[in-house]
Amino acid sequence: MFEYIWLIPFLPIIGTVINGLLGKKLGDRVVGFVGCTVVGISFLISASLFAQLLSLPSESRFFSKVIYTWIGSGDFKADIGFQLDPLSSLMILVVTGVGFLIHVYSVGYMHKDPGYYRYFAYLNLFTFSMLILVLANNFLLMFVGWEGVGLCSYLLIGYWFEKKSAADAGKKAFVVNRIGDFGFILGIMLIFTTFKTLNFSEVFPKAVDAFSKGDPTITLIAIFLFIGAMGKSAQIPLYVWLPDAMEGPTPVSALIHAATMVTAGVYMVSRCNALYTLAPDSMTLVAIVGAATAIFAASIGLVQNDIKKVLAYSTVSQLGYMFLACGVGAFGAGIFHLMTHAFFKALLFMGAGSVIHAMGGEQDIWKMGALRKHMPVTFLTFLAGTIAITGFPGFAGFFSKDEILWEAFSGAYGSPALWLVGIIAATFTSFYMFRMFFLTFCGEFRGTDEKLHHLHESPGVMTVPLIILAILSAVGGYVGVPHILGGSNVIGSFLAPVFGKGLEGKVEAHGGGESLELILMGVSVVIAVVGLLVAYYLYLANRELPHKLEKKFKGIYKVLLNKYYVDEIYDACIVNPIKNGSIFLWEKFDDRFIDGLVNGVASFFDEGSAVLRRMQTGAIQSYMLSIVIGAVVILGYYLLK
Amino acid sequence: MITLTHYLVLSGIIFTIGVIGVMVRRSALVIFMCIELMLNSVNLTFIAFSRYLNSLDGQVFVFFVLSVAAAEVVVGLAIIILIFRNKATVNVDEINLMKW
Repeated sequence: MFEYIWLIPFLPIIGTVINGLLGKKLGDRVVGFVGCTVVGISFLISASLFAQLLSLPSESRFFSKVIYTWIGSGDFKADIGFQLDPLSSLMILVVTGVGFLIHVYSVGYMHKDPGYYRYFAYLNLFTFSMLILVLANNFLLMFVGWEGVGLCSYLLIGYWFEKKSAADAGKKAFVVNRIGDFGFILGIMLIFTTFKTLNFSEVFPKAVDAFSKGDPTITLIAIFLFIGAMGKSAQIPLYVWLPDAMEGPTPVSALIHAATMVTAGVYMVSRCNALYTLAPDSMTLVAIVGAATAIFAASIGLVQNDIKKVLAYSTVSQLGYMFLACGVGAFGAGIFHLMTHAFFKALLFMGAGSVIHAMGGEQDIWKMGALRKHMPVTFLTFLAGTIAITGFPGFAGFFSKDEILWEAFSGAYGSPALWLVGIIAATFTSFYMFRMFFLTFCGEFRGTDEKLHHLHESPGVMTVPLIILAILSAVGGYVGVPHILGGSNVIGSFLAPVFGKGLEGKVEAHGGGESLELILMGVSVVIAVVGLLVAYYLYLANRELPHKLEKKFKGIYKVLLNKYYVDEIYDACIVNPIKNGSIFLWEKFDDRFIDGLVNGVASFFDEGSAVLRRMQTGAIQSYMLSIVIGAVVILGYYLLK
Repeated sequence: MITLTHYLVLSGIIFTIGVIGVMVRRSALVIFMCIELMLNSVNLTFIAFSRYLNSLDGQVFVFFVLSVAAAEVVVGLAIIILIFRNKATVNVDEINLMKW
């Protein structure tokens, strides 16, 4: 059965080919059917492979298959090879599972869009690239998937390319990602020069054998790879593209910019855990960047008014949590949060999509309200997602976020300061999520009457995926119930073979006792409730208070609303100098110097020949004269010599 | 006694007349005849050397030159006639179509 692993990425690409080439003729129904089916079958194969992997004893849960030698040149060898282990099997389940639901949802959401077939072709292409990324058994093939998802992200953000803001957002995402990819490429090159191979199964053991802890080469590799992860997973300072990416269709935001693609960086760092654990400095960097991003993005999310922007900053912030987990050595917790986050963030985005759909394209939460009565299914599922992300006990986010916070406090590389940042970010999360929730679904409707009449629940093809994801958001966390609550952290021990025993053991030893863990857990629950209550107090009970607060803290409010002016700072410090430099080079260097050189050569010959051609008089006798003179001169030379 | 030198000098004189004729005359026909003059002066040199060196090679060459000249006259005269038909003149100053 494992031999059929290549089918998993292969099926979606078939969908791309069919929809991309024939989509216009096939009609929307067939396109939607093909697009969903290929991903659905992929999911079924993934699930059966996963089941088969589970049936093996935990230490032999590894399978790798080389399909084709892609590049073979001297020492250098790169295969099209796939690898199935607990980590990649979990990832393909998330990608194809959540991906399938979002494909189905898109059938309803993109209904009657003129570019329907194009949309599904891109979406299938994305699924293909993402699966290549997570299944690859070497860095180069992983990079192929990495670039593939970047391309699809660009195409889908700019899907409505006739809108300038969408086209610009696509460009921005592409360029910012390119900066990260540059780091990733450098990392891959350094890995090759250091280890003479790019295969995961060779690089990691070699690294552990040949290098001691803190080796500068390994640290450099780890940092380069992390720069790549920063770009793809929207971490400070390369996070700026993700909020703008919300210009794309909402299901795209759900699939690419929340559930799967942006988590590629987390996946990559976890995959390279052997390198990171060898380089404690890089771990510290990862943890600090993650924690900083978590709190930074969450604070911006507090005041955003666009329903998708809030979710976008929330995504950036949650990705920060995942990196925080990786940075403190709790890779399993990071992947766990990646999974639960995929459930509830995809749910929230699709719920938001359902709301936007009903509101006829309106995204400002101040123009919504009281949607609870009009769209009960969306309301209930959105509530489940909100509760899950804020970490109420029993829901998915609670277990994963709590594990991260606990590891941040007590893990091998953790510290109370990181925990504190994380817990503050959690407060923010709870506040802005419930703020959005209350403004959207409770209170009274603040839009126009016309919009009010238009309000309707979304069709079944959209609500069913919402319901499934809501259930997953509710129960998805039970695969990782910590020991202290009587669970056995199934997912942790499932992933343990990938992440090495050494680290996990250390975490246990370092633990500050069970009571401390319980106290911290209690703190995060209290924090979540506080966020809820503050949001309730401000946005339902005392509706005037937010405006008063806005006026009172005008400075802070403005800074937050304008996202700390980071875009403006980047424009002023990086974008504009480069632009002006380019304009200078274009107008002065290229137009004047290069073109001058080329045109100068041309006009030299042009003018020179204008003079010389006067010799062609057309009078044969003058030609004759020159021949005679020539003959006489030659003759004279030989005679007089 | 007429020596080789006499022949060569005569040949040189005829050749020079031919060259000057080509350069200074305006009529295409005269220029054409001057070219023949040059060819024949060279023929004369060949014959002279042939006698002097007691070899038939020179005379063979003269036959070649004569036959080529005959062909050339045919083509050349045909061109001149056509030009005359078109322009009603054979003055080379007016036939400068290949001018820049």
